[in-house]
Amino acid sequence: MNRVFAVTVNNHSGVLNRITGLFLRRGFNIQSITVGATETDGISRMTIVLNVDDERDTEQVVKQLHKQIDVLKVQDITEAPIVARELVLIRVNSPLTTRSELTTLIGPFRASIIDVSRDSVTIQAVGSPEKVEALIFLLQPYGIKELARTGVTAVLRANDAAELSRSSRNYVLSI
Amino acid sequence: MTTVLQREGQDGVTKNLVHPKPISGAQMLVEALRQENVEYIFGYPGGAVLPIYDALYECGIRHILPRHEQGAIHAAEGYARVTGRTGVVIGTSGPGATNLVTGLADAMMDSLPLVVITGQVGTQVLGTDAFQEASIVGITMPVTKHNYQVRNVADLPQVIKEAFHIANSGRPGPVLIDIPKDITQTEGLFDYSQPVKIPGYQPTVVPNRLQIRKVASAIRAAKRPVILAGAGVLHAKANEELLRLVNQTQIPLAHTLLGLGGLPGSHPLFLGMAGMHGTVAANTALYEADLLINIGARFDDRVTGNLAHFAKQAIVVHIDIDPAEIGKNVPTDIPVVGDAGEALRMLLAENLVVTEAADWRESLDKLKQDYPLWYVDTPDELKPQKLIELISEVTKGEAIVVTDVGQHQMWAAQFYGFDRPHRFVTSGGLGTMGFGLPAAIGAQLGRMDSTVIALLGDGGFQMTLQELALLVEYRLPVKVVIVNNGSLGMVRQWQELFFGKRYSESLLRSGPDFIKLAEAYGIRGHRVHSYEEAKDVLSREVQYDGPVLIDCRVTPEENVYPMVPTGKGLHEMVGVKP
Ligand SMILES: Cc1ncc(C[n+]2csc(CCOP(=O)(O)OP(=O)(O)O)c2C)c(N)n1
Ligand SMILES: [Mg+2]
Repeated sequence: MNRVFAVTVNNHSGVLNRITGLFLRRGFNIQSITVGATETDGISRMTIVLNVDDERDTEQVVKQLHKQIDVLKVQDITEAPIVARELVLIRVNSPLTTRSELTTLIGPFRASIIDVSRDSVTIQAVGSPEKVEALIFLLQPYGIKELARTGVTAVLRANDAAELSRSSRNYVLSI
Repeated sequence: MTTVLQREGQDGVTKNLVHPKPISGAQMLVEALRQENVEYIFGYPGGAVLPIYDALYECGIRHILPRHEQGAIHAAEGYARVTGRTGVVIGTSGPGATNLVTGLADAMMDSLPLVVITGQVGTQVLGTDAFQEASIVGITMPVTKHNYQVRNVADLPQVIKEAFHIANSGRPGPVLIDIPKDITQTEGLFDYSQPVKIPGYQPTVVPNRLQIRKVASAIRAAKRPVILAGAGVLHAKANEELLRLVNQTQIPLAHTLLGLGGLPGSHPLFLGMAGMHGTVAANTALYEADLLINIGARFDDRVTGNLAHFAKQAIVVHIDIDPAEIGKNVPTDIPVVGDAGEALRMLLAENLVVTEAADWRESLDKLKQDYPLWYVDTPDELKPQKLIELISEVTKGEAIVVTDVGQHQMWAAQFYGFDRPHRFVTSGGLGTMGFGLPAAIGAQLGRMDSTVIALLGDGGFQMTLQELALLVEYRLPVKVVIVNNGSLGMVRQWQELFFGKRYSESLLRSGPDFIKLAEAYGIRGHRVHSYEEAKDVLSREVQYDGPVLIDCRVTPEENVYPMVPTGKGLHEMVGVKP
């Protein structure tokens, strides 16, 4: 099953390499990985979606990540209340005849058309991975010419942030 | 003006923690090595490290020049293993650095503290496939505890300080620092006064008391308890505590290969080595136990055999300084993260008494008597096992025995009888042929007052034999004993047992005359064919204060037994004494 890990790391060169190299040699299967700056200078945050079999594998992922010296904090946030979003850009066939139909279709997704040519449009959408999947599914009949997804990035919901960060630290210390 | 902070080094010489004037990166390195009280540097020069070697010239730290970089790093490992101190290695960029990779992987597997410095091409040409450029930081990420590339000379002192801290704390391991050539030539201020602060690295040393209490209750309730002790006990220098716990609770104990010497081999509760070539008593104990206490071992597959059959009836306690080892291979009931010594001291404070397991002890003791390690002695041959017993006898069991990898390694583990810690130096996790001779050199440098035996196979010896030169150059009285079976014995054994005696490329049909080879290096050599000859030569030569090589022609077809074949459980041993 897919699990979501939030990993705080030093923004040193090669950190991404350390993490992906670790997954490679331990045989962990990456679904997606996003990296970006955080509120603190020199510290980056990764949101990693991994396909893991069971509790024991999950524990190994957390521990192996934690063992990396450039890793400051690891949280398995799969079951935590989180806001998880992904951005997708889809260039889809669209002769002028179908264009208004397309606009209506993407409306409920709060997606927008960000680029237009004679026979295609590029649609941008932001949402949960499920929502992105649904949009792709709907657009398929029109003929998708190009598609790019960023992968999931996530944060904890406001009320629960403090609570979980305490309990996740305990998780690491108690073992 | 900068204040000059000073501190007293081990040798009583006062050292400057902060230099008043800028110095070059190369000088910073030398200065930092002085601050770390480094005794020896094992290194090999080249273009990218010329400025470093210039700074090392007449700097007062002893430099050991091997004949191959692999020799340097294995020597540093041998030194680290017997002294517990950090081994320091220097290699040049490109091929110098890649020649260190096997040693890094070996040190990583066996948790040996090393700081390895590699030269690198200048920052202005980095990434352009410049002459002798190799991305050693990328290459060595999986085989180092941590690694650095220094891009700014101002960072160099703190990086070195961190590297020494990381290498020899928590679970020890190798740390590599890659330094571009121009950085070694750029000047900057040397400041070694800052404390090491690494937010992402804070190993848990003192275990959780609640967990220790749980272990204590499990011990009180156990009917069939056993301890499996690994190298973690030796890293923690906790052999005395281990002995006390065993005496206090009368729990029988098995060692891993790298744990040997933790509990004296002659202790009545010592069951022997566990695992693939372990004893019947040790493996049966692990198989049947209702409480298994692992102290500082990582449940390697060579120890556990088929996991489906491993310790199935046992409550598993795992004490390890590396949390990632706990639960990795074997599901654990009572995890204890921390230093083995701290954990043992806390356990001793629980006032445990003799466990109610008299029947269990008795049955294991009977297995120990009924199924000892064994071999069939044939009078006109030199049996390798008997050779090891002889070496133990003539060195009174007190030598530092450094082995290579293969059959002779297993026989050394089985028959030498290690009564004291830090006396057995061997490549466990990686099983690196070629480790033995250079590691023996490092071990001898670390313990000049001890007898060091380099016990080598005829195969592995030929992987790093060029290091013989060092025995003469640095006057190291290492006794090189070659267990010569004319084959890659361990491979031959597997082909005999599992591949229908099809000896594919495992026989060493020709080879150099080892005696002449020794003589070419200025070392005296002997060849022995029988036990009597071996006894005569060995008892004389262990007294000699120089290096010697003894080519021992042992029974070529001898196999290592007993054995747990791959894929089998510890209860499915073959080659047990009839
Ligand atoms: C570098 C390396 N290459 C290959 C092996 C596989 N291997 C394990 S034991 C062995 C045979 C070693 O032969 P020798 O050194 O003569 O020792 P013996 O087993 O005969 O005592 C080999 C080839 C290894 N462990 N290391
Ligand atoms: Mg051999």
